[in-house]
Amino acid sequence: MGKTRKDALLISIALLVVFLTGWHLFTLTAGFDPKGKTEEELQLMEFNGDIMRTPEGKYVWNPEKEKVKGVPGPLAVLAKTREELGEAFIKKGTNDHGIAYLVMYTVTRFAAGFLAASVVAVVVGVILGLNKVLFQAVNPFIQILKPISPLAWMPLLLYTVKDPKWTAVLVVFMASVWPTLATTAFGVNSLRKDYLHVAAILQLSWFKRLFKVILPGAAPTIVNGLRISFGSALVAVVPAEMLLGELGVGYLSWIEWNNLDIAGVIFAILVVGTVGVILDSGFNKLAGLVTYQE
Amino acid sequence: MAFLQIDHVSKYFASPTGGGQVCIFKDVTIKIDKGEFVATIGHSGCGKTTLLNIIAGLETMTEGAILLNGREVSGPGLDRMVVFQTFSLMPWMTVFQNIRLAVRAAYPDWDHEKIAAHVQRYIELVGLKGAEDKRPTALSGGMKQRVGLARAFSIEPKVLLLDEPFAQIDALTRGVIQEELIQMWNTSRNTVFMVTHDVDEAILLSDRIMLMSNGPGARIAEIVDVTIPRPRSRATIIEHPHYYKIRNHIIHFLVRHAKHGGAAEVDEPEGEESQAPTVVRF
Repeated sequence: MGKTRKDALLISIALLVVFLTGWHLFTLTAGFDPKGKTEEELQLMEFNGDIMRTPEGKYVWNPEKEKVKGVPGPLAVLAKTREELGEAFIKKGTNDHGIAYLVMYTVTRFAAGFLAASVVAVVVGVILGLNKVLFQAVNPFIQILKPISPLAWMPLLLYTVKDPKWTAVLVVFMASVWPTLATTAFGVNSLRKDYLHVAAILQLSWFKRLFKVILPGAAPTIVNGLRISFGSALVAVVPAEMLLGELGVGYLSWIEWNNLDIAGVIFAILVVGTVGVILDSGFNKLAGLVTYQE
Repeated sequence: MAFLQIDHVSKYFASPTGGGQVCIFKDVTIKIDKGEFVATIGHSGCGKTTLLNIIAGLETMTEGAILLNGREVSGPGLDRMVVFQTFSLMPWMTVFQNIRLAVRAAYPDWDHEKIAAHVQRYIELVGLKGAEDKRPTALSGGMKQRVGLARAFSIEPKVLLLDEPFAQIDALTRGVIQEELIQMWNTSRNTVFMVTHDVDEAILLSDRIMLMSNGPGARIAEIVDVTIPRPRSRATIIEHPHYYKIRNHIIHFLVRHAKHGGAAEVDEPEGEESQAPTVVRF
């Protein structure tokens, strides 16, 4: 490991420690102190559920109510994480599936939408990239559709397909189709004419021209488009699940909010981040296979 | 009968300033024999690369025809392979794959082993053994153009079109590759049409040199016979009594045409006689 990387790693660890310590200290609440309160007041507080009596007869804050007072500290989130991971593969009920299932649902939904959109976008992008007139004819529509938030389509999609499962997939589709489409068309269109000249002289068939020259030649640009689509799809899948109530990590975040379990919300955020990192590194591995240096 | 015939070819572009057309060159006519090596020299803008692209079928002509073996050709084909100034190797393919793409296209009925052996033979011919699995980025300019030459020769085209093939290669390497080209051409004897800016290169390689006047409205002004017997090498060719006569003649021609730029400035005979280029022979 180089010295720079070692230094960077040390700083990363230091930042994490500082953040966690700070988080812990700021969220620390003082234990309940019954001093100065009459027995009557204490009984009223216990009746309200603010405090409770331990088996030893001492008064402490009610841990259930603590959950919704302020922001939970790192230890509470750690405990929640332990609990969730412990039952990762357990289905407790129709809407209470273990975290492993939720991750799988989200990844499946994401993959279906993203892959379908990528195939459509690359095919249409290549056609537009090869045909300047068609590209100029279609481009205004792409420019209008591109900036629309994929979530804006949701009510219409839900109304049309009448199935929240497919609506969620279609939202991911809408989020990922435009960037890939636009960059593919650009990449194919700006492919160096030399390569096409070689293909023309060698009398390559239409099929070979596409798969041996055009697609590999435009691959770096197409991959850039896919990368943008990927990020935008990842951003869209979480709110889509929240709004549609489809089981997944985005749903988890929302349902924990409904349960007023803030530690659960933070856990869900961490899961979303982790899933994103894993998908992203997988994508980068694939991207490395098809790019080349000029 | 001439093998490759460029018959009254003219090229006009729509004027960029709008209205009318600009003539790049007009009435270019030359008959090239089978196995002959013809070079074209002229100032930038005389349309020599455009002419080469027209022969290759990559660009269209406005008037005239290209005849190969008595047949008019239209569009690109495997019988006329280009060696590009910019090498035009696919950067995502290895040296081997780049040449194999061409060999597969030229010999579709060959099996896998035969194609691989053929590719390997041409890689070794240009001295790139050991670099088969490298990508073009990992190669120097000279090595890239060796791949370009191997690719062109490997499909054994009837006509080889060299578009300033060594312009982007350093002077020392250029000399070495020129001699390698002579070696390869000696065995294959393709008909060659080359575009170049390098007078020494043209004399070393060609049988005849076409000198083009300046564009717009360029034409073949002179055709110089290179009356130096083959085999030639860089070391011995300069000893030949005709070498500097030819060289000086071409340089004088180029300097005369460089002075004022436009064709109109050069004192050239107008009228019918100007249609036929002067043949210069020492």
